[in-house]
Amino acid sequence: MAITRDEVLHVAKLARLELSDDEIDRFTDQLSAILEAVAKVSELDLSDVEPTAHPLDLVNVWAEDEPRPSLSVDEALANAPDRHGGFFKVPPA
Amino acid sequence: MTDTLRLTAEEAMGLVERGEASGAELHAAYLDAIRDRDGELNAYLRTVDEADGAGVPIAFKDLISSKGVETTAGSKILSGYIPVFDSTVASRCREAGLPLLGKTNMDEFAMGSSTENSAFGPTRNPWDPDRVPGGSSGGSAAAVAAGLAPWALGSDTGGSVKQPASLCGIVGLRPTYGTVSRYGIVAFASSLDQIGPMTKTVRDNALLYRIVAGRDHCDTTTVELPEPVAIPDREDLKGVRVGVPRELNEAEGIEPGVKEAVDRTIELCRELGADVGETSLPRAVEYGLACYYLVAPAEASSNLARYDGARYGLRVDGPNVREMYEKTRDAGFGDEPKRRIMLGAYALSAGYYDAYYGQAQRVRTVIAQEHAAAFEQFDVLVSPTSPTVAFKLGEKAENPLAMYLSDVLTIPSNMAGLPGLSIPCGLSDGLPVGFQLIGPQFSENLLFRTGHALERAIGFDFVPGRLQ
Repeated sequence: MAITRDEVLHVAKLARLELSDDEIDRFTDQLSAILEAVAKVSELDLSDVEPTAHPLDLVNVWAEDEPRPSLSVDEALANAPDRHGGFFKVPPA
Repeated sequence: MTDTLRLTAEEAMGLVERGEASGAELHAAYLDAIRDRDGELNAYLRTVDEADGAGVPIAFKDLISSKGVETTAGSKILSGYIPVFDSTVASRCREAGLPLLGKTNMDEFAMGSSTENSAFGPTRNPWDPDRVPGGSSGGSAAAVAAGLAPWALGSDTGGSVKQPASLCGIVGLRPTYGTVSRYGIVAFASSLDQIGPMTKTVRDNALLYRIVAGRDHCDTTTVELPEPVAIPDREDLKGVRVGVPRELNEAEGIEPGVKEAVDRTIELCRELGADVGETSLPRAVEYGLACYYLVAPAEASSNLARYDGARYGLRVDGPNVREMYEKTRDAGFGDEPKRRIMLGAYALSAGYYDAYYGQAQRVRTVIAQEHAAAFEQFDVLVSPTSPTVAFKLGEKAENPLAMYLSDVLTIPSNMAGLPGLSIPCGLSDGLPVGFQLIGPQFSENLLFRTGHALERAIGFDFVPGRLQ
């Protein structure tokens, strides 16, 4: 197993996913198979190669500092599952 | 009544210009075709009744925000989400007068190669409804192939425009990274996602690309095109150096019928005057898939963190905010997004970052370098788009790794930010085969020229036999 059941639970917690027992078993098997396949990248010795984070070499992309229309509070809240005045409302932390 | 099956976007434009049909009439004709034929295909998630625009109508993949029209990205977690703003590509289509026909089905969050991962049921292939249309832009591909839209927009991260175009017998462009705005597009993997045109012909493709491409101040990763988009008309390939990368053409799993159709097309390049030679991308192809399945899930795990039930989309209530997040995300995401979120979170987590994500970013550099070396000798590189023709529904649904292999030939150039065009090049067992043309960054005009000349010489009939 490239990944254990406990590691799957840990990652699910990091990703804020509440998984059922059935899902945990299924994902442990599937993620193990996928991780074994992608671990292929470690076959290459690339210690002298620079990493690429982005396909274009863009630096210092500037924009004019000009105000433009933006969303109203009501528009921003239009899809909110719950609101309280001008705020998104969520259960207590 | 306009017959939408054969009508190209360019022909539809002619009808409008000559006053033979209005935008509203065309829009109505396509809605009729959708009513007739989409019950079987499920290419559309929803249609728009009123034609807003006097030009040729268009369909959008359902991750393109369209103001006032529900946009779900194929996910339950965005069910009922109605954007309050237009994506830049939607505004550009609106400004060009293209009325929206509707939103097309897709694999959830563009994660998949068959459109079976949609939370709203699979789309079927117009050439054979027992088979998938490819994915993740399968709804857009099926709509164009079945004459349910003259043209459509899809998105391509690992091959999600090129591969479904291939499986449905249409033309699909994955543009150079940075040429089409991602503002208002539901994000999957931001260093890879690109919006691309899906059309019946190469000229239609260039016409639509011309409308949507170009720098956008709302997306700082966009750039100005170095030259205007040229609508292709030459029918020869004189002076074009065509490279055939061995690994992309001899990869394990390429079906014999696919290989035959592609080899015939390579021969055709020669007959049209191109200089054809062999080249090699040894590590790009061997390590491309593994590299992609680390980089893309890592970016997805970050991008999909926003679906938390707080601001839009689904909410499943819980006693506190943390349980609300967890229950919402468990109920709202399907299996594939969950797998990729966890894979990405794992690859980015302490202790594994260097071995997985860091190493994948270095492989990405190698992939770009290998392509750059090939382009010192050649103008375009060619291969099959997909190793197989359209496969049966359910065939790969239980095996994520087998599904991932569908994109083994489209992924390497995507990692390097290169443009790729897929054109239909023939049939194998009665199903379309796609021919992939890859160029250096910003070489769309050359891809259009090459694709157009081949399209004319091949004479592929893009109307599925069973609909004729």
